[in-house]
Amino acid sequence: MGPLTVYEIISANTNLVFAFIIGIGFGFVLENSGFSSSRKLAGMFYGYDTTVLKVFFTAAITAMVGTLIFALFGWLDLSVIYINPTYLWSAILGGAVMGAGFILGGFCPGTAFCALSIGKLDALAFIGGLFIGVFLFAEAYPVFEGIYKAEFMGAPFVYDALGMSRGVFAALLIIAAFGMFWLGEWSERKFPRDEY
Amino acid sequence: MLGLVLLAAIYTAGRGLGASGAVKSVIVTGVEAVAPSHVENTPFYKEYFTSHSGNPMKSWLVFEMLGLVVGGFISGAMAGRLKFKVEHSPKITSRKRIMFAVLGGIFFGLGSQLGRGCTSGAALSGMAVLSLGGFITMIFIFGTAFSLAYFVRKLWI
Repeated sequence: MGPLTVYEIISANTNLVFAFIIGIGFGFVLENSGFSSSRKLAGMFYGYDTTVLKVFFTAAITAMVGTLIFALFGWLDLSVIYINPTYLWSAILGGAVMGAGFILGGFCPGTAFCALSIGKLDALAFIGGLFIGVFLFAEAYPVFEGIYKAEFMGAPFVYDALGMSRGVFAALLIIAAFGMFWLGEWSERKFPRDEY
Repeated sequence: MLGLVLLAAIYTAGRGLGASGAVKSVIVTGVEAVAPSHVENTPFYKEYFTSHSGNPMKSWLVFEMLGLVVGGFISGAMAGRLKFKVEHSPKITSRKRIMFAVLGGIFFGLGSQLGRGCTSGAALSGMAVLSLGGFITMIFIFGTAFSLAYFVRKLWI
């Protein structure tokens, strides 16, 4: 029964070893899928390269379906998995600020470290910015604290908030993803670019 | 493939992937080393140490991120993509690209703290466990980036 570390099948230290191995897998897949190129990442916002969008949604759906299947077979206890808590305003504002950072900087934190690992210096600059940003938040925390903790909703599931069952929502999400893939293919044909 | 890695994380550790958390660990450790009294008197660090026990560097996310750099390097080496370079649109200089990369990083660093996680931790992993907050953050990251894309198009195309 998983998660392995919660059920103490593996110790806390072994869990860190797994973290390292999972990290290697994460980095390898990101690099291999092209997430180490800022112009490829930015491509999704201009429609000339939607690989990142496709990989991102495929991943979220694969993991979601996998989690549901594992739970169905009793391999995974969903009740102890970390579900990101929802604070409405900070989720919206944080997302918007990150979106601005994404289009200006061309990376997100994970992809920047991945790009740095193959020597991209713009990624190094981005990471420098990340440290400044986190430090600023830490130092100016009292300014943000009100909005950071506003509208706490616990850790609700998206399907509950929409009033549907888990299965129906998962099915709809998969259909939406296929729609998005089709849109991606269409936009790559419409806004082609040769080399970048 | 990325999905299977994420699933492995959920199965072994009961949590999804993340990246910005490791940056926070480094900041907390750094500030504590340089100015321990500052940590004791600043609300952010005080809250961090009440909610996290032990050494901030000995965390799942830090080990995962070390692995990420190794994994990225292996993939880049196998594909022959290892090279020091500044990637930018032909319309802008490297210097301009670097300036915008730092600026973008600052926004992302700040936003990831406000939004409790970045694209991997909040959006990707949050979506996989069907968290409402994960979906909201995801929509706003991509939505904002799409809506601003037109105004900064010279940076990219």
